Amino acid sequence: MKRMTKGKFVPVLLTAALGFGLVACGGDDSSTSTEAPAGSEAPEGSEARASAYMATGDPMDNFTPWADIPDSGTESPVVDCAPEEGPLKAAWVYVGPTNDGGWTQTHDEGRLAVQEALGDAVETTYKENVPEGPQVVQTVEDLIADGNTVIFGTSFGFQDAFVEVAAAHPDVCFEFATGYLSAPNLSQFYGGAEDTDYLAGMAAGAASATGKLAYLASFPIPEVVRGVNAWTLGAQSVNPDATVKVVWLNTWFNPAEERKAAEALIAEGYDVLGMKGIDSPSTGDAALAAGIPWAGYNRDNSANYGDVWLTATSYHWEAYLIPRLQQILDGTWTAGNYYGNLSDGFLTLATYGSLVSDETYATIEARLVELAAAPGSEFTGPITDNQGNEVLADGVAHTFGELMSMSYLVAGVDGEIPAS
Amino acid sequence: MNSNILIIIIASAIFYGTPLFFAALGGIFTERSGVLNLGVEGTMLLGGVSGAWASQHVGGSAWFTVLMSIVIGMIAGGITSALLAFLCVTLKTNQTVAGLAITIFAGAVGLSSYFANIWGVAENPVPRQIRRLDVFGLADTPIVGPIIFNQTILTYVSWVLAVLSTVYLFRTRIGLQLRAVGESPQTADAMGISVVKYRYVHTILGGALAGIGGVFYSLAIVPTWVDGMTKGAGWIAIALVIFGFWRPSLTLLGAYLFGALQSLGSTLKARGVNISGDILDALPFVMTIVVLVLVSSRFAHRKLGAPAALGVPYEREER
Repeated sequence: MKRMTKGKFVPVLLTAALGFGLVACGGDDSSTSTEAPAGSEAPEGSEARASAYMATGDPMDNFTPWADIPDSGTESPVVDCAPEEGPLKAAWVYVGPTNDGGWTQTHDEGRLAVQEALGDAVETTYKENVPEGPQVVQTVEDLIADGNTVIFGTSFGFQDAFVEVAAAHPDVCFEFATGYLSAPNLSQFYGGAEDTDYLAGMAAGAASATGKLAYLASFPIPEVVRGVNAWTLGAQSVNPDATVKVVWLNTWFNPAEERKAAEALIAEGYDVLGMKGIDSPSTGDAALAAGIPWAGYNRDNSANYGDVWLTATSYHWEAYLIPRLQQILDGTWTAGNYYGNLSDGFLTLATYGSLVSDETYATIEARLVELAAAPGSEFTGPITDNQGNEVLADGVAHTFGELMSMSYLVAGVDGEIPAS
Repeated sequence: MNSNILIIIIASAIFYGTPLFFAALGGIFTERSGVLNLGVEGTMLLGGVSGAWASQHVGGSAWFTVLMSIVIGMIAGGITSALLAFLCVTLKTNQTVAGLAITIFAGAVGLSSYFANIWGVAENPVPRQIRRLDVFGLADTPIVGPIIFNQTILTYVSWVLAVLSTVYLFRTRIGLQLRAVGESPQTADAMGISVVKYRYVHTILGGALAGIGGVFYSLAIVPTWVDGMTKGAGWIAIALVIFGFWRPSLTLLGAYLFGALQSLGSTLKARGVNISGDILDALPFVMTIVVLVLVSSRFAHRKLGAPAALGVPYEREER
């Protein structure tokens, strides 16, 4: 019996020893606090501030029905998907959780803005964490069976499933973000994030002491390739010798992998990080821990990463969503392509962090006004790819189609587009 | 010097191996008592989400918050394993089925995700984190700096625990009795050792350690809460117990080997070595399968020191 008593106590003692060890070592306050790491102090006289630019354009000016895009080969009749009675039921399908701190969260903020703006006229719902795979068709079919008559898809890999379901349900309106396929009841909506990526790249280039920057990217598809190139061109515009190491993560959302990749790049000596296409701010966590500047993506995360925050592309999906749902309610919805930009409020450049100097702030703001007036014009020649081939001659700009199918990396990008 | 790729790989192997070791050490205690815990993955996730919640809600100084996050993660893991112990020891259910049930019930898209939603854990980053330390200001020392002096507090605790638990298992009377319970519960019972108490206590202790592993994910590795964020670490931990022959010291080395495999892909990519990420991500699990196949033969099992009564419910009447 005596032995029994000891039997119970030793594991408890072990646990207690562990606890004491933690108390003893955890007392070092600096090790666990989120105070600014040394080496990332703000330049003299600067502080976090918003962009002064105000968008005045109408998002619907950047929407083109399929019938007006001959290459699409698609008709765009008016589709009446409003219910006979009761509110319009709209559903969103997300690849990640609604609180990912990035991509999916911006979409869900858009959904909430729709609900707020249109009130009782609409009833919104969503499915989160839907993997890109065979489940998508079933998920969308379920939503339609529940009475939803407008369905939003927000991840590139859902596209084929949306086309399939759209063909089976001609009386349902489908809205797809970041794709390229068309159907009489399937629209595509996205925007020129390359413009804001370029501006974020300027902040990154100015913040780098070594000119060695690194960029975490999701998949080597044209949308992301445009971001890599624009960010690099932006960095080079203020730091001509800047080079950008690009790492493809082959995931949209995997915070642990994102963080690992960021830490590995920091260990290699890259002194500013940027990102495109990945949905969580884990890169920022790694940057914060190491005390190096970070240009984010998706949304304004300046509040949580103030010590290392530069700026970021920030999406405002509601700029498109609200007028489009109003069209359904009015019975005037047609399918087509939307490509928003800075001037119509779809994109903004997030709050500038305190690391952005007054001079850099002024330079970026001036360029922002130019890009708002001429979206995509950052891709104007001379541009050479990183294999040494000329892509654009002096003064020549890309067509919209060339932008949408971009498959080269500009000079200064250290990396390659993997063969698919 | 410290950007030498070997040093980076070793330093990150220790970092990413730390949660694996905590979970595997818990597995050693549990299995040494004769209980097979296949619920580690779910237990880690519940520990992780509870720790993240605590980091967001417990006030006080930073170190106190972090300590409480770890303690609450341990409690969550302990409760989860108490449920397993109740199923396996008291109700004498099939341990494989009970463990799988715990992982499915508690794991990703299960209870851990539910708690994350109702507590709003993922809405915000985890404010008070477990950071790498700069011990004695030696983090920049060549070679040993990043490897030894730039790890997290939990890594140092794990080294102490590896020693303490080895002493406990092999140099104390209690440890001997624990092993007796796992080897031959009938004999232990005849000696007056309470099989039920030993199994309960060590299963719960094992769960508490797995909970720490989960907290390491949500406070150190990511650090924020993400559904299913351990991504199979619990399964690796179960294989590690076997890989380490049910011995803490060997398991520590094994954890670092698997930690190296987990971080190798990112390190190579940052170096510009182009290798398929999918293959690298699969490597730890390929290793897991290989290890399990190698040691699953009856001969190997006896030689390597698997507790003879592992996975077998103890029924007194069957003596």
